[in-house]
Amino acid sequence: MTRRVYLDNNATTQVLPEVLEAMRPYFGEHFGNASSIHHHGQETRSAVERARGSVARLLGCHASEIVFTSGGTEGDNLAIFGLTNPGDHIITSTIEHSAVLNACKHLAANGCEVTCVPVDGRGLVDPADVKRAIRPNTKVISIMFANNETGVVQSVAEIGNIAAESDIYFHTDAVQAAAKVPIDVARIGCDLLTISGHKIHGPQGVGVLFVRKGTQLEPMLFGGSHERSRRAGTENVPGIVGLGKAAELAMAGFEAGDEGKLAAVRDQLEMELLKIEATTLNGDDAPRVPNTTNICFDAIDGEALVIALDLKGLAVSTGSACSSGAIEPSHVLTAMGMSRDQAKASIRFSLGKLNTVEDVDFALQLIPQTVRRLREMSPLWTNSAVSG
Amino acid sequence: MPENATIAVAMSGGVDSSAVAAMLRAEGRDVIGLTMQLWNQRRLAGHAGMPESVQGRCCSIDDVYDARRVAETLGIPYYVVNHEERFERDVVRPFVEEYLAGRTPIPCSLCNNHLKFDQLLIVARQIGADQIATGHYAQVLFDDRINRWLLKRPADKAKDQTYFLFGLTQEQLSRTLFPLGGMTKPEVRELARKHNLVIAEKPDSQEICFVPGGDYKRFLEAYLTEQGNTPADVSGEMVTTDGKVIGEHAGVHNFTVGQRKGLGVATGSPLYVIQIKNDTRQVVVGKDDELYSRTLRAHRVNLISTAEIGEPMRVAVKIRHKHQPAPAMIEADGDHKILVTFDEPQRALTPGQAAVFYDGDIVVGGGWIEGVPA
Repeated sequence: MTRRVYLDNNATTQVLPEVLEAMRPYFGEHFGNASSIHHHGQETRSAVERARGSVARLLGCHASEIVFTSGGTEGDNLAIFGLTNPGDHIITSTIEHSAVLNACKHLAANGCEVTCVPVDGRGLVDPADVKRAIRPNTKVISIMFANNETGVVQSVAEIGNIAAESDIYFHTDAVQAAAKVPIDVARIGCDLLTISGHKIHGPQGVGVLFVRKGTQLEPMLFGGSHERSRRAGTENVPGIVGLGKAAELAMAGFEAGDEGKLAAVRDQLEMELLKIEATTLNGDDAPRVPNTTNICFDAIDGEALVIALDLKGLAVSTGSACSSGAIEPSHVLTAMGMSRDQAKASIRFSLGKLNTVEDVDFALQLIPQTVRRLREMSPLWTNSAVSG
Repeated sequence: MPENATIAVAMSGGVDSSAVAAMLRAEGRDVIGLTMQLWNQRRLAGHAGMPESVQGRCCSIDDVYDARRVAETLGIPYYVVNHEERFERDVVRPFVEEYLAGRTPIPCSLCNNHLKFDQLLIVARQIGADQIATGHYAQVLFDDRINRWLLKRPADKAKDQTYFLFGLTQEQLSRTLFPLGGMTKPEVRELARKHNLVIAEKPDSQEICFVPGGDYKRFLEAYLTEQGNTPADVSGEMVTTDGKVIGEHAGVHNFTVGQRKGLGVATGSPLYVIQIKNDTRQVVVGKDDELYSRTLRAHRVNLISTAEIGEPMRVAVKIRHKHQPAPAMIEADGDHKILVTFDEPQRALTPGQAAVFYDGDIVVGGGWIEGVPA
């Protein structure tokens, strides 16, 4: 058997054993519909509400402000579509996840105005740009908390302030920040915030949209009065229970100082990789979540490197996961001013709670030799070696 | 090449390449499936008369899905690699430019030269495969007497694809396997059925993969519009072979040598396109017998079975995919150029198509038809 090491936790994470255990009864004996009056319904209702409480504690909000969704994309879509009408203006950034960018693109084609503020070479949005972009009809600012490709953390609290001063809704996609850095919605000053279960060692197919009390949000799904009429549809009880458990474990992790330990392992990997000739750290000098490192290996075809490493048992990625499995040069890295070649030569390593120092050692045994082999075959490398 | 070398199979999701993967796997070889994502079929949807929902043959989500399912069935690693940028640069743009210059291009040969046996081979080697295998109907063999790799017509002459492979270099041939070279199409389908491959009954693809429905004129228009170019004015006069102007035409890209339909002029006897003049944008029309020529000049020639043409050489020359190779002499005519003199005049020698030289079943080489010497 090939040894498999997984360093792609920004794509998805493994469900923790405790999470799986917590979910298991809700696939079996606790099967009730949480809206039912009887015992079975009451049993699952209380499980859903316990989970809601756990997630509320993770975000520092009230349980009634938590809306369970099917995941990050639905949360982002609900926030953006639920707040806007034709004629409204939306401010977002060039490095958002496609769940935000394509929702905005759709609105732009249907009577809304959209401004995408740029990022600098470190991947940071300048809050002053956000402020300058505000118009009388600006309805919502949607700027992500942490980027999925680089891990760069935006000045969300500052942007939250700007939004509050102008009485504009502020939504932040915190899918890649949750459980990696402490989140406090009061401190950020956001009105809406998206998280996803499977990025925090919970299950796929479940997420949360935090909606501040008093926010006027139109639903996207119409049906029963589930989730305070914000999201119709019978609750995904096992998923919600799993997400609740994952949130509890994340809180416990913060108390135990896990993010510091994770950062130490990540830093070790990063430091060693940067010793390879002609490598650069993307998002250098910017604050980052503790699990992500994105490195450009000059003259490498990132796609080939990902495949070559996968064939040897190491899972990493370039760009973000895409349905066909094919890869476009990252819009995030090109927005940071990198060339298409540099973007294509960049690889994301993202760690999770289950990664060990041994995993990093395994990666470090494989990567330098593979990079060397690929460069020997790369016309870009030989040309630059000759001319340089 | 060592017998245990890892092989990358170029998988399109069709019967042929799927059968290749199955055969090599059954032989116990280490196989990696690769699909090249070359063109986004949805890209031109809705542009300038293109259908909203484009059902292209190649690189569609359905084809990738099929290839992935075949790889799953066979239990081989499988990846999609994106070469859309290179494909557009080396295949799509030249295709468009050739038409606008009054020639009739063959994108499949460009794709073979620049993508399948170049970029894909590079990726294959980078991921640890020493050879690539494709579902082309052709044979490759090494002749140790002359120390060269040879390209040979396949057992199934009706499926012969050597015409599209004349550009392969010795290095490329040395790393290429065509496992279907000795098989007939029905045998290939039978093999796919035997391996329970979901695509066993999938119809063959015929058209140019990025041109939905084979309507290249609509594709040109949609592509140029998307590029923000007002389609270049390539309109001009319609003239007879003796220089008489008999009408106007809307663009040279609407014509190909030998074409009879859609000329937009009515005369007593049937008229054919004899020549398209790139410089004056004139389309020259004439009678069928004026379509025949005995000589052609090929440029950007690639030689396979020999390093050079010293003495004039007796071969059979194929001037389009469905053409029966015709006896001819070839002689060197400058840098990577060859002059072809047929025994009998050939109908409709078409600039932009390839002229491929055969010695029996062996491909001597080939080049692009530059024109008919005056």
